Amino acid sequence: MFELDTIAAPATPLSPAGIGIIRISGPEAVINTDKIFCGKVTLAEAKTHTIHYGKIMDGDEIVDEVLVSVMRGPHSYTGEDVTEINCHGGVLVMKKVLSLVYSLGIRPAEPGEFTKRAFLNGRLDLSQAASVMEVIEADSEAALKNSMKHLKGSFSHEIKGIRDMILHETAYIEAALDDPEHYELGTYGDKLKEKLQPVISRLQNLSLSYREGSLIHNGIRTAIVGRPNVGKSSLLNFLSRQERAIVSNIPGTTRDTLEESVRLGDLTLHLIDTAGIRRTDDTIEKIGVDRALASIDEADLILFLLDSSRSLSEDDIKLYHQVQDKQVVLLCNKSDLEFHRDIEEFCRSVNCPVVYFSTKTGEGKDELMDVITNLFFHGALAGAEDFYVSSERDKLELESASHSLELVCGSVDAGMTEDFFSIDLMDAYTSLGRILGEAVDEDLVNRIFADFCMGK
Amino acid sequence: MSVLDETYQVIVVGAGHAGCEAALASARMGLKTIMFTVSMDSVAFMPCNPHIGGSSKGHLVREIDALGGEMAKNIDKTFLQSKMLNVSKGPAVHSLRCQADKLQYSLEMRKVLQHTDNLTLRQAEVSELLIEDHKIFGVKTVSGATYHGDAVVLCTGTYLKARCLYGDVIEYNGPNGLKAANHLSQSLLDNGVELFRFKTGTPARIDGNTIDYSKMTEQFGDANIVPFSFTTDPKSIQKPQVSCYLTYTNEKTHQIIMDHLDESPIYAGVIEGTGPRYCPSLEDKVVKFSDKKRHQLFVEPEGLSTNEMYISGASSSMPEAVQHAFYHTIPGLEHAQIVRNAYAIEYDCINSEQLTHALGFKEIRGLYSGGQFNGSSGYEEAACQGLIAGINAALYVKGEEPLVLNRADGYIGVLIDDLVTKELTEPYRMMTSRSEYRLLLRQDNADLRLTPYGYRVGLIDEERYAFVQKKQKMIDDEIARVKKVFVSGNDHTQDLLRAFDSIGVNSGASLEELIRRPELSYDKLAPLDPNRPNLEEGIREQVDIQIKYEGYIARQKKQVEHFQKIENKRIPASIDYDDVPSLRIEARQKLKKIRPENMGQASRILGVSPADLSVLLVYLDSGKYLHKEEKFES
Ligand SMILES: Cc1cc2nc3c(=O)[nH]c(=O)nc-3n(C[C@H](O)[C@H](O)[C@H](O)COP(=O)(O)OP(=O)(O)OC[C@H]3O[C@@H](n4cnc5c(N)ncnc54)[C@H](O)[C@@H]3O)c2cc1C
Repeated sequence: MFELDTIAAPATPLSPAGIGIIRISGPEAVINTDKIFCGKVTLAEAKTHTIHYGKIMDGDEIVDEVLVSVMRGPHSYTGEDVTEINCHGGVLVMKKVLSLVYSLGIRPAEPGEFTKRAFLNGRLDLSQAASVMEVIEADSEAALKNSMKHLKGSFSHEIKGIRDMILHETAYIEAALDDPEHYELGTYGDKLKEKLQPVISRLQNLSLSYREGSLIHNGIRTAIVGRPNVGKSSLLNFLSRQERAIVSNIPGTTRDTLEESVRLGDLTLHLIDTAGIRRTDDTIEKIGVDRALASIDEADLILFLLDSSRSLSEDDIKLYHQVQDKQVVLLCNKSDLEFHRDIEEFCRSVNCPVVYFSTKTGEGKDELMDVITNLFFHGALAGAEDFYVSSERDKLELESASHSLELVCGSVDAGMTEDFFSIDLMDAYTSLGRILGEAVDEDLVNRIFADFCMGK
Repeated sequence: MSVLDETYQVIVVGAGHAGCEAALASARMGLKTIMFTVSMDSVAFMPCNPHIGGSSKGHLVREIDALGGEMAKNIDKTFLQSKMLNVSKGPAVHSLRCQADKLQYSLEMRKVLQHTDNLTLRQAEVSELLIEDHKIFGVKTVSGATYHGDAVVLCTGTYLKARCLYGDVIEYNGPNGLKAANHLSQSLLDNGVELFRFKTGTPARIDGNTIDYSKMTEQFGDANIVPFSFTTDPKSIQKPQVSCYLTYTNEKTHQIIMDHLDESPIYAGVIEGTGPRYCPSLEDKVVKFSDKKRHQLFVEPEGLSTNEMYISGASSSMPEAVQHAFYHTIPGLEHAQIVRNAYAIEYDCINSEQLTHALGFKEIRGLYSGGQFNGSSGYEEAACQGLIAGINAALYVKGEEPLVLNRADGYIGVLIDDLVTKELTEPYRMMTSRSEYRLLLRQDNADLRLTPYGYRVGLIDEERYAFVQKKQKMIDDEIARVKKVFVSGNDHTQDLLRAFDSIGVNSGASLEELIRRPELSYDKLAPLDPNRPNLEEGIREQVDIQIKYEGYIARQKKQVEHFQKIENKRIPASIDYDDVPSLRIEARQKLKKIRPENMGQASRILGVSPADLSVLLVYLDSGKYLHKEEKFES
């Protein structure tokens, strides 16, 4: 039989606090950990799901004091034998432990590989697995909260509930078709439609929330636009001084554009083409403007910068016209200098939100956060009551399920007979099943017998 | 002692619904065929319900007919009442059901068998399969006679090691007091065949003279009788029909059953076999659906030469005395005399995962099987499998490609695919919900779908094939013509629309559009379509359906395309599932056992998850497999 090899990677980001976990999974996880672990017991003899205190040794040298947990398959996260080394000695020490582990012939895990194994070993359903991948990649807390919810299964749970209802209704129709002398359908179509309508709007809302989910998850692609010398680089510096986006150092999950992801409260802003914008502050104005313009196309959000200490110029207006169709926030860079009236007038004339902002004092920062939250999340960020759909796959399945249910309602309206309903009902059932990674199998037939008394 | 030794090409064991179709197919395809039965008096015998067809089963009968089988013709000759079910629903679920005169049905079938060239009938119990090197070469009977044959078709129904039970009584015989076949099971086991033990049951037969029909609701047949066979002239079968009756159980009935539950062999744990959920005993219904205060019962005639009535919905394995007591609580049956009591029957059948889609054994060349022996239940399910098994046994002997129907070809394809890819936990019955593409697989177009297959294997003659082809062309031509017809919004049009409660069309409308309205149809609109050719009903019906449901039909055709794509993704026969990394153990075992021929079949195996399928796909696409193949060859 083909054996998977043993893999390892940090299970938590290498945080400056210095506490971190290294996870090792695979057939040789335990034996190999033993080679560098020195404690009261050998891990090979330890019971599953136990934690052991000891030291990580590089030859005679103590590298770190650690706790090691041992979890044997199939009841581990990946379904394989797993050890987890809880390190305490800081980033450098953790890196050292990691390189020791790799030196034993254990391969660095690819991004998401633990989860992939968990999925392949039947430990997670598809929806849970996708959501774990998001936890790994989540950039900000809101995304993290959302992923946790997804993981715990409130999304899975709701989808299961909807599927269950669809299956029951289909089973009723099918029971009646199979045994017409026992079950009457009567005016069933109207009743069914009444039941389906709220489900359809729920599914639609869930799929609409994909955009929001994706903005939380991937960050809002933001372009800072403004004529040269309005203070773009000081804004950039200000934003960069804010808390950094949490980016895990698990190999491969690191973003190419690391320095351009900044956090503003619970929001992640993904600053695009910053290099280009920076250069506009250099002397070669033309190039800078062109680059800024190119970045506009890709942006979800435009932060349009004006310097309130200088009067409005032709360039400002021209530039504004080029971006006004997008989601724009006008930022008036406040300075201690006098406030120009034409700027004030301009601010009143535009129909996008305006925020007076000081990169020096940070004044206006909270307002900016509120404005952005309002623009993209209808005022409330993930967490509260709702959760978001954050994978393209889920979104498409939700759309196709709600489309199928709309077809059912269409058939009811067109006066079609009940047997036509079940075709589309089962399509919706199948789509939703794909979100959970579940096949249809004998579900319908089993349900008919479970819910309805059939037969001669 | 001298023993008989004869040689045939195809040997059929069993003369039930499966055996009859198998033997007829083989003999009609020109092979020297012999069929065995435990009793010549039970040819095409119906040991349970006295009707043929019904929801989805009616589809099977039509498909059997289109392929050149006998069941539809035989019931057209011997029915007592005919009814098209679900006529208020869409055309996909219309289904024909006929009450049969059981004895006549059996006698007519025997006549057909006896008049078929190349076919020998023999009353003898087959006790042993003759197999060498995974290849069958004949059978032996209990008398020691040897019959050589290139192919054998097993259709032993409910007879293998059969035992009948009611109360604490166990009788070691087959249905209806007929002899059981007690030897063949051992021979199957000796040859590595995996057996299951299933059970089913039948209600009492009651003397019609002791029934008070005034307390029941009479159920009539349809005024216009539609034949089962596409070859039967409707005019030839219009005749007076016999009625059925509807009555109900009540709380008293249920109370008696509950009081004596421990006397039922099922609830007492005596029965070992697994019973079907779709024809539960009355005991099961009362226990499982305890909130239902009453259950429907249909009282159906067994035939014209007996006054026995079959009590549909009240099968049981309670002791005789309890049966008498509970039947007497039912309105109309207060003074009923039971002629034959209800009983449950247990029998050996096979795990059908051992079969290919051609219904041949994967491990024993030349051995085919059909019917209840394969784990199904029902006359129609048996007959269609017998037909396919018989055809493929004959094709095998001739050295030709097997006939395999898939899920998009017909209900028969669905049934066989289910049987061979899904491990059965109970006797399998056809249901309309099992068919994904039922809008395309209607009973009304079975001839258009399957006659070409029947023709290919030689069971449909030139004339009938040409007729179906011509019919298809006339349908296509007429649809094309209708699509060009425009109906103007004159008074004549408005009057006609009003007559059918349909909204008027001031500026006219296309005929196609009007046909799509639920309250209208192709026929109803004839007066607005003066250039319409004179077409027979079967053609008009197809035109109507195909125009009316065009959108839905197109959607299902798309689904079929998708299905075919996965179905065409072949899995090489030599694949070693132990080499496929990351397959879950359960999936690996299932795949190794069933050895699906393509990804579609693999996806329908219970226990193979979508994740396993991706793993398998990745493996097949990765080229790792090919690499191995090359090494293997060099
Ligand atoms: C009590 C009872 C209740 C049933 N209830 C239902 C029901 O509720 N619903 C339903 O759909 N179906 C029911 N059935 C099943 C239905 O009768 C069968 O599905 C159908 O008859 C199967 O057809 P077949 O051709 O497979 O087998 P059968 O009709 O059983 O025919 C088997 C044939 O094989 C012959 N045979 C067997 N072994 C040998 C041998 N070793 N040598 C020679 N000949 C042999 C027999 O003589 C017989 O001719 C019931 C059957 C019984 C007996």
